[in-house]
Amino acid sequence: MTQYIVLSAILFTIGCVGVLTRRNAIVVFMCVELMLNACNLAFVAFARQHGNLDGQITAFFVMVVAAAEVVIGLAIIMAIFRTRRSASVDDASLLKY
Amino acid sequence: MTFWILAPIMVAAALGILFVRKAVHAALLLAVVMISLAFLYAVLDAPFLFAVQIIVYTGAILMLFLFVMMLIGVDAADSVVETIRGQRVMAVVLGLLFGSVLVLGISQVTFGVVVGLDEANAGGNVPAIANVLFSRYVFAFEATSALLITAALGAMVLAHRERLTPKAGQAELAAQRMRDYAEHGKHLGPLPSPGVYARHNAVDTPALLPDGTAAESSVSRVLAARGTVRSAPALADDIDDVRRQIGDPTSMPETSGKAGAPATTEEDVQK
Repeated sequence: MTQYIVLSAILFTIGCVGVLTRRNAIVVFMCVELMLNACNLAFVAFARQHGNLDGQITAFFVMVVAAAEVVIGLAIIMAIFRTRRSASVDDASLLKY
Repeated sequence: MTFWILAPIMVAAALGILFVRKAVHAALLLAVVMISLAFLYAVLDAPFLFAVQIIVYTGAILMLFLFVMMLIGVDAADSVVETIRGQRVMAVVLGLLFGSVLVLGISQVTFGVVVGLDEANAGGNVPAIANVLFSRYVFAFEATSALLITAALGAMVLAHRERLTPKAGQAELAAQRMRDYAEHGKHLGPLPSPGVYARHNAVDTPALLPDGTAAESSVSRVLAARGTVRSAPALADDIDDVRRQIGDPTSMPETSGKAGAPATTEEDVQK
């Protein structure tokens, strides 16, 4: 049981570091997905731990919300790319000035 | 057992996402993580989530990532310049701290006896999930439908681009071409084809004008932008070379391009 949660924590941490270090907006987005997946693993593991299906239902909802989020996020990345010709998160800094 | 095989693969693939340069490779590594995760769901008595993980995540979401990457350009590599000094080092240190705190915290918790899903899954996992989903979580389920419709609409709004000028049809293009000819003297006919001189007929070889200079408009603009167009003076030298070889009938001219194809025609030799 513990090993699943530890794996989930490791994957979540890797996703976190990826979001902080990578510059390409798509890769940053992939790291967010990795973090969501790590959480899902914890939910499913805890569902088995407690012997009811609420954890699996929650993981299912997380997947649905992640799908919606990916659709919107990628559309935003594409819109930014069309106007600024770049998918780097450093270039989208208009609010800074 | 399955866990101890899959966990190292997952961690290695996830670490790979941090280090690979190309976004496509990151997407493929993420696919490895997600498929392994699906098998872990199967081990954890969640066959429904196993299927959903493979169909929705690796099937739909990752393909969406790849599609967008195709539109944006696969070679959009990461920039190595740091906008905040030392950000990467700080991020890695913070990540290590965070991870070790999490792992230490988890290792100190005792979870007790694993109850297992045998009882909950007694009538099958999918009917059991359906029972819970459509009774206790039915409002969340309905809210999800609203969320999905909003997401679809939002994607359409964000990806839509309004056409500001009417689309130019064939008539407008022809009129524009005639106007260019009348005002700037621009050539009316089609562009010259590339490399119609002697030995070269590759698309990266500009056609030569009668005075030996290259016709710029004969080469695709894409090739010119990439800088792979062969230079005209070099080609002119080549022409002299060929001419010298033709003038000397004892030595057969070198062949180039297609193997065995002579570089001269019979007419040239007779001259």
